[in-house]
Amino acid sequence: MNLRRIGAVIYARSLEFIRDRSALSWSFVMPIVMVVGLAFIFSGDGQPLFKVGVIADQPPTETKADPNPNRNLHPFLNTKHIDFYTVPANEQAAAIKKVGRHQVDMLMDLRPEQMHYWVNTESPKGYFMELLLKSSDGSKLSQEIVKGEQIRYVDWVIPGILGMNMMFSCLWGVGYVIVRYRKNGYLKRLNATPLTATEFLLGQIVSRMVLVVAVSVLVFTITNLFMHFVMEGNYLDLLVVLIIGTFTLITMGLLVASRVRSEELSDGLLNLLTWPMMLLSGVWFSMEGTNPIMQTLSQLSPLTHTLTAARAIMLDGASLLQVAPHLLILVAMSVVFLAIGAFGFRWTTD
Amino acid sequence: MQGSDRGKDHVDGLPLAAFRPIRSNAAMNNTPILEVRDLRKHYPKVKAVDGVDFSVPTGICFGLLGPNGAGKTTTIEMMEGITRPSSGEILYKGEPMGPRFKNEVGIQFQSTALQDFLTVRENLKFFSNLYPKNMSVDELIEICSLESYLDRDARKLSGGQRQRMLLAIALVNDPEIVFLDEPTTGLDPQARLNFWELINRIKSRNKTVLLTTHYMEEAYNLCDQIAIMDHGKIIAQGSPNELLAQHFQDVIIELPASDFPVTAHSIPHRRLEKVTPTIEISTQDVNATVAELLQAGASLAGLQVRPRTLEDLFLELTGKELRQ
Repeated sequence: MNLRRIGAVIYARSLEFIRDRSALSWSFVMPIVMVVGLAFIFSGDGQPLFKVGVIADQPPTETKADPNPNRNLHPFLNTKHIDFYTVPANEQAAAIKKVGRHQVDMLMDLRPEQMHYWVNTESPKGYFMELLLKSSDGSKLSQEIVKGEQIRYVDWVIPGILGMNMMFSCLWGVGYVIVRYRKNGYLKRLNATPLTATEFLLGQIVSRMVLVVAVSVLVFTITNLFMHFVMEGNYLDLLVVLIIGTFTLITMGLLVASRVRSEELSDGLLNLLTWPMMLLSGVWFSMEGTNPIMQTLSQLSPLTHTLTAARAIMLDGASLLQVAPHLLILVAMSVVFLAIGAFGFRWTTD
Repeated sequence: MQGSDRGKDHVDGLPLAAFRPIRSNAAMNNTPILEVRDLRKHYPKVKAVDGVDFSVPTGICFGLLGPNGAGKTTTIEMMEGITRPSSGEILYKGEPMGPRFKNEVGIQFQSTALQDFLTVRENLKFFSNLYPKNMSVDELIEICSLESYLDRDARKLSGGQRQRMLLAIALVNDPEIVFLDEPTTGLDPQARLNFWELINRIKSRNKTVLLTTHYMEEAYNLCDQIAIMDHGKIIAQGSPNELLAQHFQDVIIELPASDFPVTAHSIPHRRLEKVTPTIEISTQDVNATVAELLQAGASLAGLQVRPRTLEDLFLELTGKELRQ
């Protein structure tokens, strides 16, 4: 391993990226435009329904035919235009947190020995839910007040947008570019020098990591200046998640690039990876409440683990230790992708 | 262009004197810098290289010639260590190619892409950093005449400028042997002549040059030794003049077909459909043939006498059918 050669690859690749003005500006402009656009779109009352969580003894299963199987427990549950959803008793704490953040308008515990409801008195929707509950017949429930800062959609979606930008930048910036280098003969030219495959790949990884992390940090910082995102956790922890997530996505790009000979095939393969990842990794919407098969599939995506860990730090104030399982999965994925990618790496199209 | 007496001294109207091969003292070294023994490369449906043997003495320019698909590039890529041979042996300085080989060779491929957005200077610097030993950038600039466009984006160079830059990249590690795979293809006559001068400069530094080319006058003027390949095999090998002497004892008389009267048809000849249809007569006795032509009433105003050329030899050995 020769550090001078790795440094040369990092420098040359970084120059190429920085001087490619169109690609560089796209990396910055796209996420900023999306954050601002989404903040604008969801600044009004984006949710047509009120949302109320219900904890019940031996809760019946929600089905497509009957999404509100608890309706007999309390007359309030028959109110129209409210989305009543069942909360398992062991998720009560998480649900209370959601009430505090205005993500859920009210939480009701209808187990016979409990009979409480939680409401955030600073939430306009919570206020209306409480009025409706009090005016309904049926057993009286005791009030529990929850305090908390409202989580806007933009707070929830910012890791998703940055993650999506990272995903595209890593997969195309490494996967597609290496296939292009192979096809146009640049890799063949490098193979005629003492540069080894490991040195070349390390150079690509480090160069792309530095650029993607720098772009993500800058975009987050700039948008945070006027969006003031919720940040319950530690910025350094978030940076660690960003670095590990970026590394995993880059190694995934290397895996695609290791042997593919044509840009067309790499384009197809990268689309095949990115579209399901974009839909199943919780970029735009939470996977909570989706089909269990989809939820399982989403666990195969490195982006899911990156976003879950990032949101846990930002929104729940989780520490690195608390998100360690996700980081370990990312590291394991990276090792597998890198091992296969490096072992199968080909310089030429022969 | 050595197709006429004038052609021996000129290339596309420019004097050739400066481009004669420089036979260096190193050519006397007995250990070949590269030696190829029974080299083969077989693909499922084709034997690209089928048992090739030759050696390249140190300090010479060695030309590997052949029609398209003859196996030149496959052979040279196996010698460069880019393509793995199916069988056979390649020795560098008498030993199997080891890790030092890549440090000591310079390569210019037929076509090479570089990273986008880098200037000529940045490309030189990048490749210099890949080697433990370097020729100084100033020296490279001087040898390859890069001064005027050092800070230009490499994508914006003309064909000749680009080839000079690629040659400079092939020289960044001050190599002992330089592989040049069809380096002048697509260049205009001036750029080609300029490139020949660069190759002579390299040779004068006691470097070995291994050249493939389609241009026979290039091989004749630059190469000390040549090997002609066809169908994956070497079919002739030696110095250009030795090979010409081995295969030809005659010279060629050419005259425009319009000056060749019917009464001269008894003289063995062939008609070539050039831009101006031409009669070509092979003879070992020029005076006698000219006398015969005069007797038949031929006009000698357009007559030219030329020795046999490498192009004649190439066509004689490889045939005239079009190759893919």
